[in-house]
Amino acid sequence: MTEATTPDSAEKPANESRRALLKGAAAIGAVAAGTQMLPGMVPYIQAQTSEPIKIGFQVHKTGIGAAYGRWYDRTTTAAAQLINDEGGINGRPVEIIAEDDGTDPKRGAEVIEKFATQHNADIAFGTLFSHVVIGSAPRAGELKLPYFVVSEGHHVASGMLNRYTLQPGITDVRSQVQSMAPWVADNLGKKVTMIYPDFAFGHDHRDYFSAAMEAQGGEVVAKIAIPPTEKSFTKYFTQIPRDTEVLYHVMVGPAVLTFVKELGEFFGGRGPEVFGFIDSLEAVDMASPGLEFLDGTYFWEGNPRYAGDWSSDHDAFYRKAVGVDANGASVTDPKDISTYAHMFGCWETLHIVKAAMETSDYSGPEGRAGLIEAVENMAVFPHSRAHPQGDKLFNGRTHQAFGHQFISQVKDEKLVPVHRTSIFDSYYPDEVDYTKQSF
Amino acid sequence: MKPDRALLLHLAVIAALFAMQYVLPAYHQGNLARILVLATFATGYNILFGYTGLLSLGHALFFAAGMYGAGMTMRFLDWPALAAFPAGIVAATLLAGMIGALALRTTGVAFMIVTLMFAQAGYLTILYFNEFTRGDEGFVIVQATRNILGFDLSNDDVRFVAAWLIFSVGLLVALAVVRSRMGRVLVAIRENEERTRMLGFDPFPYKLSAVALSGAYAGAAGAAYALLFGSVGASFASIQYSIEPLLFVLLGGTGVVLGPLVGAIVIFYLIEYAREVTTAYLIVVGVALVLLILFARKGVLGSLRRRTDGWLP
Repeated sequence: MTEATTPDSAEKPANESRRALLKGAAAIGAVAAGTQMLPGMVPYIQAQTSEPIKIGFQVHKTGIGAAYGRWYDRTTTAAAQLINDEGGINGRPVEIIAEDDGTDPKRGAEVIEKFATQHNADIAFGTLFSHVVIGSAPRAGELKLPYFVVSEGHHVASGMLNRYTLQPGITDVRSQVQSMAPWVADNLGKKVTMIYPDFAFGHDHRDYFSAAMEAQGGEVVAKIAIPPTEKSFTKYFTQIPRDTEVLYHVMVGPAVLTFVKELGEFFGGRGPEVFGFIDSLEAVDMASPGLEFLDGTYFWEGNPRYAGDWSSDHDAFYRKAVGVDANGASVTDPKDISTYAHMFGCWETLHIVKAAMETSDYSGPEGRAGLIEAVENMAVFPHSRAHPQGDKLFNGRTHQAFGHQFISQVKDEKLVPVHRTSIFDSYYPDEVDYTKQSF
Repeated sequence: MKPDRALLLHLAVIAALFAMQYVLPAYHQGNLARILVLATFATGYNILFGYTGLLSLGHALFFAAGMYGAGMTMRFLDWPALAAFPAGIVAATLLAGMIGALALRTTGVAFMIVTLMFAQAGYLTILYFNEFTRGDEGFVIVQATRNILGFDLSNDDVRFVAAWLIFSVGLLVALAVVRSRMGRVLVAIRENEERTRMLGFDPFPYKLSAVALSGAYAGAAGAAYALLFGSVGASFASIQYSIEPLLFVLLGGTGVVLGPLVGAIVIFYLIEYAREVTTAYLIVVGVALVLLILFARKGVLGSLRRRTDGWLP
């Protein structure tokens, strides 16, 4: 697996924000060793009989996000178990209060209200789908309930939301997409055709990747938007220009298997290099019939699904704790494939909440503002058991984490990482400063 | 002069709803605010379905038109909430009028299909113009702009009173409409359109008025939802939001002014408590509807009206 080196641009910071991130990067190595010991260093202030820290877990148990929700639930349960086994937070046990949001923004807002006013939760946490985050965040802000999302949406860093909404445990789509461009341009080709769903998620890919490819001297030669209700795709493939060197796809939803099958039939083993986002195939077995065409193609992964010599001890610990085998499936059911590229965000976010609550000496809802300030003051999350996906930098102004991304190749029905990006490949200038908003 | 029992009952319900804010815990107060907005939506739907006999499967589009009419004017034109709210109502009413003019060329099942088709086209249009609407993700209405005449609509108490006010006005207007000459013609159309025509009434303008009026209610509810809860999104134009008012009306009482309120409360809390038991909570709703069809085909208040002397409007 190749490893991105620090790019020239990072050595000559373009602005103050980048300088701050570079300082954070330098600090990673120094802090990393110490942080390994964090669990043992936590003061055991109170007895286990103390009132629990209540974490409202907004989980997609039903609706389109149910597959993700099932694994977000397991990851969250495992992380809470570990935190409790190691003494809880400030000596208090963590209690996860899970409420199904139906992957629906209206219900999401209701769940936030329930956490704040009925369960008296200390924070809300765990939402993935962007439309649920956007429907829920206004209520979290109004109820002054810290809301830690694990969404990968750009909505937090874009400035659309509020000071109470943070995304410290997973990178956002903008940084993911733009960090792919250097490797794609250098290794697969500079003339790209993009195929994407014709709604906001797909448009984010279109806009950010197009800009990033241009910055690499590449070109998006065609942008093919697929209507969200489409069930057959071959007619769109005829729009792919003949000089296309790379086909970039990011289809999601129940029709994705049909999409891949028809793509394979259309090109028949020839055609351009193919690069996609694993969002399409999260919770889907790579050995599923119809996916044979994907052999040799490339995918973005937030965290490598398959274990191998690229896996760290931290990942192995996390994988075992959540109950995932070396193939990314449940240890109790090899056909139950995880959403491994995303779900680490729940684990890491809960550990960040723990660290911030201990830093701010959080004792109850009156300490929520202090908790948020404590997170905002964080800059570095070193690679550790708490952060098994890798080290990250956190931008307190935009409430958004930046981290490494993985590019994997499909080989023998498995995903094998071939490249890990630099954090700086994923970085972009601030679009908001939430710290200037009052509580 | 005999007291107007129906008016007194509706005023008493309005007063009781107002008093609920002092009784209910915070969580249920928030729920009731949301229920009142949805009940406003269903009250308008009841005029079309319950009183006129036209079953639309496309009212999510009018709810979304109200939501986007308010949200987009605030987002792109910087309109204050006081102007954005009526903008949402106007947008939904005009859209309902235009679609009604086309859809009313059909009847029965065809009317259902045509309204469903328009709603689906509207939903996809919102997704298509993602650059402006933010499509499936939607967008947030900035908290600082959500105030009317100095009242902060993001405040829980203000939100409740605003929702109560919108519902109360909607309920009284619906009561006045169904007891008016127009209301009686609508019922006549529902019972026998040809006979109504033979009596000298042209059904089309009455039916079109019912579509537009129910669209105005849907728009008011959609605009209110955007202003009170701070978000706008394409999911509110999905089929789910066409089915919900139908369920509220069926359960609460078809052709009873208070029916949608009862239906909205019952279904909201049925789902709320069923979710705590099972992720298959919609089965519970389904069973409730089967029981309703078996034992109370006119809905809760509709059946009650049949067992009394029928004065409930």
